[in-house]
Amino acid sequence: MTLPDLECLSLSKTFGGFTAVEDVSFAVPPSSFFSILGPSGCGKTTIMRMIAGFLDPTSGDIRIKGRSILQTPPNKRPVNMVFQHLALFPMMNVADNIGYGLRRKGVPRPEIDRRVGEVLERISLPDAGRRRVDELSGGQKQRIAIARCIVLEPDVLLLDEPLGALDLKLREHMKIELKALQAAFGTTFVYITHDQSEALVMSDQIAVMNHGKFEQVASAAELYYRPATSFVAGFVGDNNRWRGTLTRAEGDELQLTTDAGLVMTGAQHGRGLRPGDKAEIFVRPEAIRIARAAADIKGFDNRLSGKVTSTLFNGAASRVLLRPDGSHDEIQVALPQSGEFADLGRGDDVHVGWNAAQANVFPANDEAG
Amino acid sequence: MQTGARIGFILLFAPLLLWLGLLIVIPHIDLFLLSLRERIGVGEYRTSLANYIAFFGEPLYLVTFMRTAIMSVLATVLTLIIGFPVAFYIAKFAKGRAQSVLFLLCLVPFWVSELVRTFGWMILLRETGIFSELLQWSGLVDGPVEMLYNDAAMMVGLVYTSMLFMIVPLITTLESLDDSVIEAGYDLGGTGPSVLREIVIPHAMPGIVSGSIVVFMLSLGNYLTPTMLGGKDSLWFTEMIYAQFIVRFNWELGAAFGFMLLILSSLIVWAMLRLTGQTLEKTMG
Repeated sequence: MTLPDLECLSLSKTFGGFTAVEDVSFAVPPSSFFSILGPSGCGKTTIMRMIAGFLDPTSGDIRIKGRSILQTPPNKRPVNMVFQHLALFPMMNVADNIGYGLRRKGVPRPEIDRRVGEVLERISLPDAGRRRVDELSGGQKQRIAIARCIVLEPDVLLLDEPLGALDLKLREHMKIELKALQAAFGTTFVYITHDQSEALVMSDQIAVMNHGKFEQVASAAELYYRPATSFVAGFVGDNNRWRGTLTRAEGDELQLTTDAGLVMTGAQHGRGLRPGDKAEIFVRPEAIRIARAAADIKGFDNRLSGKVTSTLFNGAASRVLLRPDGSHDEIQVALPQSGEFADLGRGDDVHVGWNAAQANVFPANDEAG
Repeated sequence: MQTGARIGFILLFAPLLLWLGLLIVIPHIDLFLLSLRERIGVGEYRTSLANYIAFFGEPLYLVTFMRTAIMSVLATVLTLIIGFPVAFYIAKFAKGRAQSVLFLLCLVPFWVSELVRTFGWMILLRETGIFSELLQWSGLVDGPVEMLYNDAAMMVGLVYTSMLFMIVPLITTLESLDDSVIEAGYDLGGTGPSVLREIVIPHAMPGIVSGSIVVFMLSLGNYLTPTMLGGKDSLWFTEMIYAQFIVRFNWELGAAFGFMLLILSSLIVWAMLRLTGQTLEKTMG
């Protein structure tokens, strides 16, 4: 088995009485794209700064290719960081920015020029070397900031929400470009973000973080379909969420009566819930089938009929809100864009259904996701 | 309507024009004409370069002139060397309240007049002063020590007097340097000195140059500090000007001296800007 490029072992950091990072362990295999996803203030930046060397962990160890780097100062670590606001050196031109690290390593001048030229070629900005940093567009700055690190051939490249300052269109474009750059250079990327779509699109592995702890480390698809905790279920993707009491448990299948009186079935995926437990059930709007006739949904475990309360048009992500008969809960359902529901309006009768396996049930947690 | 706007413009512009005209342009024209006048008898004058020839012909004038320039440059360099770490600490390490308190501490000495501040140094440095007493009490010296009336005391006074004018522009430029740029410097393999040389100082250059220009001008034109701390032998060029105007009543020569000082300061500031690749617009913001 090859050694992981980056390994954190029981990493903790406290500031005074506040625990920012608590007993976090993870390993990042070579040449992979690893993301840490969490709301602001969850401790993800603290982890990143500890890896970069700007903070010392209170306890635990950080290893790069099997060797502890805790005693290594930041300027000697085989780790480089792309900062949130990029932190390009405004007093230098593009080539000097990229060559900075090589100059510090004492690489001879012709060698620096050659390697800077090569990396500029690879980020498709071959003629940008003599330009000033403030003449570049947001996307170009982004690529320069990455090139400035990659030219040093670090074992691990840390990226601290580098897309946060870009506008939506450019951000979508840069997601694809970052992933392509990572594949092209084969460098291990550790990426932190609060934007789930950035993490889902780019990463091989994602760690979801909340209150200083990792809630789940898994692939994007696994996080989406099999969230391990109610926090993950609530944070990753959209979800319908109901609280209620379990009334029946048979194998993996659970029956739950919501506080508003709806009865529905869901899957517990080995979480050991028992009848009588308070629980929460999560169903994705896109896992719910919508139909005009009751007969169309008779194959589903859960079936409800109700009236449309409003339609939320958002292009491909359009939703419809409906209220089941005899309840005041609201259900969000994704609207298929095949055209058959284009004329759906407020007050129309519709039928919805979903399978128990698509509904995740978790022990009730007072903490809001 | 058009004339109304014109009158408004003239009215708004008048104070500035009066200020420039009455206090700067007219006196300088007068001084210049005065400096080109030679007295050949009682109440008899003619236009000549005699005053400038006198300046270049007398070694004492030239030596004092050059000494003033060199000492002012030295005072500027010393102020920069002492002020830079202080400004860096206030701008980058001190946070919130501590920052304002430290800044205030730099400002406090300027609440009293320059005369009183200079007297403060005299109390510390004179023969019967605090330092002298302290050295005698500790047994390091046998008799009283005179630390006043030499170039070192004068330099201390000049640096002290102009410190604030160096620190303020430095803090302003250093504060505008994003912390993450410094961190990026370390992250990419930089060491303390190299980050300072390649990132911090180039960024702070406009502040360094504007601070230096102000401190240099203040030192060059200072009269009080060289006189009080440097004593009779301090030989500062402003003292020569004073002597010509007030003691010898030779306004013609004094005016020539004043013009030489103006030319000197302009030259040195110009050289400083050329040397650092800065422009006056950039440094004065």
